[in-house]
Amino acid sequence: MRHDSLGTGLLWIGPWLLGFLFFTIVPVSLALYYGFTDYTLLEAPIPVGTQNYERMFSDEILGTVLWNTAVFGVLSIVIGTITSISLAALLSKPARFQSFWRAAVFAPSVLPLVAIAVIFKLAYDPDPEVGLANQIIEWFTFGLVQGPNWFGSGFWAMTALLLMSLWSVGPAVVIYLAGLRDVPKQLHEAASIDGVGPIGRFFHVVLPMISPVILFNVIIGVINAAQVFAVPLIMTGGGPERSTYFHSMYVYDQAFKFGDMGYASALGVLQFAIILALTGIILLAGRRLVYYRGA
Amino acid sequence: MNSATTSNPPRLAGLRVLLYAMLSLVALTAFLPIIYMVGFSTGLPDPSASFGTGGVGETVGRTIDNYQTVLTDENTDMPLYLRNTLIIAILGVGGTVISSAVVAYGFSRVRWRGRGPAFIAMLATMMIPFPVVMVPLFVMFREVGWIGTFAPLWVPAWFGNAFSIFLLRQFFMTLPRELDDAARIDGCGHVRNFLYIILPLSKPALLVVALLHFMFVWNDFLGPLVFLTHRDQFTLALGLQLYLSKLGQTPWNLLMSATAIMTAPVLLLFLIAQRTFVEGISTAGTKG
Repeated sequence: MRHDSLGTGLLWIGPWLLGFLFFTIVPVSLALYYGFTDYTLLEAPIPVGTQNYERMFSDEILGTVLWNTAVFGVLSIVIGTITSISLAALLSKPARFQSFWRAAVFAPSVLPLVAIAVIFKLAYDPDPEVGLANQIIEWFTFGLVQGPNWFGSGFWAMTALLLMSLWSVGPAVVIYLAGLRDVPKQLHEAASIDGVGPIGRFFHVVLPMISPVILFNVIIGVINAAQVFAVPLIMTGGGPERSTYFHSMYVYDQAFKFGDMGYASALGVLQFAIILALTGIILLAGRRLVYYRGA
Repeated sequence: MNSATTSNPPRLAGLRVLLYAMLSLVALTAFLPIIYMVGFSTGLPDPSASFGTGGVGETVGRTIDNYQTVLTDENTDMPLYLRNTLIIAILGVGGTVISSAVVAYGFSRVRWRGRGPAFIAMLATMMIPFPVVMVPLFVMFREVGWIGTFAPLWVPAWFGNAFSIFLLRQFFMTLPRELDDAARIDGCGHVRNFLYIILPLSKPALLVVALLHFMFVWNDFLGPLVFLTHRDQFTLALGLQLYLSKLGQTPWNLLMSATAIMTAPVLLLFLIAQRTFVEGISTAGTKG
């Protein structure tokens, strides 16, 4: 077996080390620094101490965007997880044309977010003769129920965004499928011999066995949900009345609409801190809840 | 497998029917937005009058002229956006594949002290949200005169992408270690081992990385929004949003044709490379 010098190793990972320095270490340090300054791009940053962070406590819009992001994040992760595990369970059943069914579930996830946003913007048109969503609602209720004016109220706008997030569960489904495939057959058999039904087996055998995969997907979900940007920007522009205005949109607006680079940087740092804290909490909770084979 | 396989055929047949019914429903639901998009994109050009009797299938007439209209519409410049997107994608894909493969080799087949912690550090960078580095990167790129050029969108790809490195490293780890030993006995150094043994064996994984980056560039919205300044440099994603923002003048059927033009290439790529692609994703998720 070969052992190499530290220098050889660093040389091989050199491209990443350089990128890490220029596109991660330097910008993150600058963001930390700008967060403590008043910076408009027109002149050099002026240190202002903790002013930007103090401002957060009285910023009502920040409260709104954090709340919206939290609501969207929690709900989209919960319904996304339930949907993707159910779909993975369905797709893991032996069936003909299996690769077709799997490709079908994955396909919408490769569509560009901008394209998805444009398609759904039309699909949520309140006029059932144009909008697909309300057309389906009318059709299923024999015309008794009229679909909502989706982007007319905060509740329906958020519901619309949550519903359409289900069309991007593809990668999670694929990962759960691989997790389900790795559940040992003997465990299933042992449980059925002990008289455990399919539902009991799912909750007491399958779920614990795939819990590390759930943990992985939830963390990815948190990182993604915290950064939701393009879809709400294009579909609702954050409205009505900021009900779908999310944290990343606020950072972008502060930086490039209002030119307040200092406050925008502080808001970015806040977002990073929240992601780190949540990942830490989930990993800690995972120690108690997740079952690792061989551990 | 199931205890009911032989004992209860009618019930089993019912279950099979239910299974296929559910699978069909799921597939139909998944494709619904695409069907809707295509249906609308071929509707007759008159926006208000022609959608008289239903949205999906029952527009008054059908035409594929909409696609030609979009490609020549002066409100948008799809061929130019397409060219811009392809330039960024090709430069970025080349960079990501080459640099990520080199780095992944360093994280898998080269044995050096501190490799484990360095790898964890690399994975941790995936948690950094783009908005936190957005402002500093804008300032840095402005210093070197890159704002309003394609450079910010493809140069960073040449320094390896954390997820791609992770994916390739996972793949390289599955190749037998004896390969390295044999190469060493034959007098091959790391460079030749990498070029002539590891890379040729890793074509599927390299393809996945290339595809993922291509799709990333094709889909990226925030990056071009921040770093590009002029309409002539816009990518398809920005162009489509610009087209949408002119909705007053842009009929929905034309907008849907533009959306279909943007969607078709990635969808086709996915369908062609579907198996490799899906396997790549599941490798990343389970072999931790």
